[in-house]
Amino acid sequence: MSTSLRLLSRALRARPVPQPCRRLLSQDSSSRERLDALVKKDKVVVFMKGTPAQPLCGFSNAVVQILRMHGVEDYATYNVLEDQDLRQGIKNYSNWPTIPQVYLNGEFVGGCDILLQMHQNGDLVEELKKLGMRSALLDADKGQEKK
Amino acid sequence: MAAGLSVDFLREKLKRELEAEHVEVEDTSANRCAASFKVLIVSPKFEGKPLLQRHRLVNSCLAEELKEIHAFEQKTLTPEQWAKENQN
Repeated sequence: MSTSLRLLSRALRARPVPQPCRRLLSQDSSSRERLDALVKKDKVVVFMKGTPAQPLCGFSNAVVQILRMHGVEDYATYNVLEDQDLRQGIKNYSNWPTIPQVYLNGEFVGGCDILLQMHQNGDLVEELKKLGMRSALLDADKGQEKK
Repeated sequence: MAAGLSVDFLREKLKRELEAEHVEVEDTSANRCAASFKVLIVSPKFEGKPLLQRHRLVNSCLAEELKEIHAFEQKTLTPEQWAKENQN
């Protein structure tokens, strides 16, 4: 048991891909051109940890919940935990050090803090409007006013 | 936790480099799996800058430190906004 554990821990320690190799990989699957195409392909794009159905980080979850509140259901997400090159590549692309990252109309808008503040100050409703999307919160407000 | 990543160190660095008049740094590592911080920065340097630019300013100030930080929450206010928040 202890021998196999030792072997396992040695294997884990040896796991990282050698540096030159990693650089080649990242150029290949997370090149600027590819990321550029990825963020522009859909109106709303989120790079996150996990998936909307199963977020694996509180901040990624917050982004999903905010979008849900606004009735944004149709958006592209990419799980950076499944692709280490993407995880680093998207940080380089946006020059932003953390995940999640939200893109509207191909443009980087920020991470969880910024989306939350845009939600709180009403900017998100406006930004969605520019994309031709109507925030569900507008209709929720109306419903309350009628009552 | 990586060396140098103390609440005091981060607070002093942000204060100094962003000419901030008020900085609060909270170590939230206990809630997470690795070094995590939550900061509030009040600086006149944020005036006239949209949120993204303010956060980028903070990120570049802590570029080295952020490599070691797992989660980083930030709130960036101008002195005017900060005064308004304190009224409420």
